[in-house]
Amino acid sequence: MTIHIKNGRLIDPANKIDALHDLFIADGKIAGVGTAPEGFAAAKTIDASGYVVAPGLIDLAARLREPGFEYKATLESEMDAAMAGGITSLAIPPDTDPVLDEPGLVEMLCYRAKKLNRAHVYPIGALTIGLKGEQLSEMAELVEAGCVAFSQANTPILDTRVLARAMQYAATFGFRVWLQPLDPYLSKGGVAHDGEVASRLGLPGIPASAEIVALYTYLRLARQTGARLHITRVSCAESLDLIEKARTDGVDVTCDVAAHHLHLSDLDIGYFNPHCHVVPPFRGQRDRLALSKALADGRINAICSDHTPVDDDAKQTPFSESEPGTTGLELLLPLTLKWAQEHQLPLIDAVARITSEAAKIAGIAKGGHLSVGARADVCIFDADAHQLITRSMLKSQGKNTPFLGLELPGKVRYTFVEGTLMYDAGQYSRS
Amino acid sequence: MRNPQLNKHGELQHLLTLDGLPRGIITQILDTAAPFTEVAEREVKKLPLLRGKSVFNLFFENSTRTRTTFEIAAKRLSADVINLNVSTSSTKKGETLLDTVDNLCAMQADMFVVRHESSGAPYLIAQHLENTGRDHIHVVNAGDGRHAHPTQGLLDMYTIRHYKKEFHNLTVAIVGDVLHSRVARSQIAALTTLGVPEVRVIGPKTLLPTEVEKMGVRVFHSMEEGLKGVDVVMMLRLQNERMNGALLPSPQEFFKVWGLTAEKLALAKPDAIVMHPGPMNRGVEIDSAVADGGQAVILPQVTFGIAVRMAVMSMLGSH
Repeated sequence: MTIHIKNGRLIDPANKIDALHDLFIADGKIAGVGTAPEGFAAAKTIDASGYVVAPGLIDLAARLREPGFEYKATLESEMDAAMAGGITSLAIPPDTDPVLDEPGLVEMLCYRAKKLNRAHVYPIGALTIGLKGEQLSEMAELVEAGCVAFSQANTPILDTRVLARAMQYAATFGFRVWLQPLDPYLSKGGVAHDGEVASRLGLPGIPASAEIVALYTYLRLARQTGARLHITRVSCAESLDLIEKARTDGVDVTCDVAAHHLHLSDLDIGYFNPHCHVVPPFRGQRDRLALSKALADGRINAICSDHTPVDDDAKQTPFSESEPGTTGLELLLPLTLKWAQEHQLPLIDAVARITSEAAKIAGIAKGGHLSVGARADVCIFDADAHQLITRSMLKSQGKNTPFLGLELPGKVRYTFVEGTLMYDAGQYSRS
Repeated sequence: MRNPQLNKHGELQHLLTLDGLPRGIITQILDTAAPFTEVAEREVKKLPLLRGKSVFNLFFENSTRTRTTFEIAAKRLSADVINLNVSTSSTKKGETLLDTVDNLCAMQADMFVVRHESSGAPYLIAQHLENTGRDHIHVVNAGDGRHAHPTQGLLDMYTIRHYKKEFHNLTVAIVGDVLHSRVARSQIAALTTLGVPEVRVIGPKTLLPTEVEKMGVRVFHSMEEGLKGVDVVMMLRLQNERMNGALLPSPQEFFKVWGLTAEKLALAKPDAIVMHPGPMNRGVEIDSAVADGGQAVILPQVTFGIAVRMAVMSMLGSH
């Protein structure tokens, strides 16, 4: 199938292109940018006038809930959500049930995803068996099965010696270790940022020190072991300084922030809104601003959705008892655009945080850019359109988001995966 | 965001917290409570204000005292009272909080008095009632987690007003485990709203909430300094499970440093009153000589509590 995407504003941060260029696709790959390859005859033409033509988005943290939590979401429902969100590559945290700690499981997940033939999945293997923090997983075999990195998801390792060994072992192969910094003891029982809001509401707090203490440990061990470290979902202003310091000390460390953390703080908990129960917790307004700024100046490398679909029953409980997490696949682009607008950043900088920069972190070579020969994963969106976030518009099985009822910028029009049109907003609105 | 405890006319729809409750409404409750204190002294202790209404005492956490005073208050207003100890029934069988509420609504409840171990649980119920168009059902928070215990806060204000008449010239000290105390949070909210110029909290750093000073209080760690010249001493209960561990070394040490003795009380104004929400741990947070002494108003608090709860329920039931 050959496709001609014409009249669009092509934004390809990896190649530093932001210009009116046509895009030509053949055999699932990018065949030409600006000018058609010789002898190109388009079987299908898409008019992208007024739209942005970008690489398919990459999400560094998307829980699809399979296997084990199919009542919360399934690969089918969440892949649909990914397509509607313009996301063509998904890094999957290992906290499924069973945990992604066995090559067979990882192969099965990749096989199921491939059969569905929508977004590409990049499993993140468990760093330790069962995420228990005791025994190392078979990292080399897991990578062969398809894992791109290793993490503990939201279950920190208690035994720092095991953590050091795991990082050392991963470093042997140059595998990247992705860690969410949270000290298990300092955060124990906590459900909200330990500050004025949690104190007033009587919610058990998670102090900033829970992140800082863990982060310091991770960075120090990365320096000692030479492990390539990726810090996922930073939430505190102070973390940014620590990471910068580690970088000047020569530690190979990248970091990302969850999209919702760019826009919300603990104040948004309001009257115990369980949709604001997330891990890490929404911090203070000062932290939120610091994260937003650090993302703008490149100290934070990328944005993830931290997509966690939760069923209504698990959210319609008192705040502390509710299951943490927000649905995010369909909000990744809108929240990224909103962030860029706040900083008056050019669109190319916004797109980079969810394409090229994310690709570097996940080690995705074939995606995240629109070079000739690359996989034809393309997201075409209307950057000027706004849409109201409602339960019914969300294709994810999880309707849990604090942004319900708000209008956000950006609307995905078309999503291509390897040259196949997987999502067409016009068709959806007609159906 | 609309204050979920007020209806669109600005009247009390639910009583969920004193934090953010307008001063006028707090005063109105205290004023309404005053004549109810006399009802208890009559031969016939009943008023017909809630006749035909069903009040459900929905207690997800055990409590004898609070439940009993709510029951007495409702009965004195001629309501039918149904007591449910949910901690021992449906939730153990896996029923969700909102399922329980829906079932009780189907039994024609008019008012829920809710006690729950999680902060915010009464908000969830109030919101659910609003979302499902059941505006005629009212919720009274009888204590949620560490968050609020508004009727306790109100009866404390009633007691202070009874003995001190005014709020604007008082110094009030709240002593002990503020961190885990819903009573303290409601007291602080009410005292600051009513215009008490100096509210102090006294306790070890491990038992004070983060940034507690932002609630409008002065922080003290020493009883000797904190009690100096105060008009009201409000003691808090120290839960047994918090006496030995990472928060406190022992009840003995707590008593030695923060327990209220006659000696320490002598630092307060001579006419200072001593309050406690009960149940007391004698010899842990308060010495028996003080608890039974002339400055203690702990038993009047309980009596006023019934009148204040009658006031709240009659106001809610009137619209």
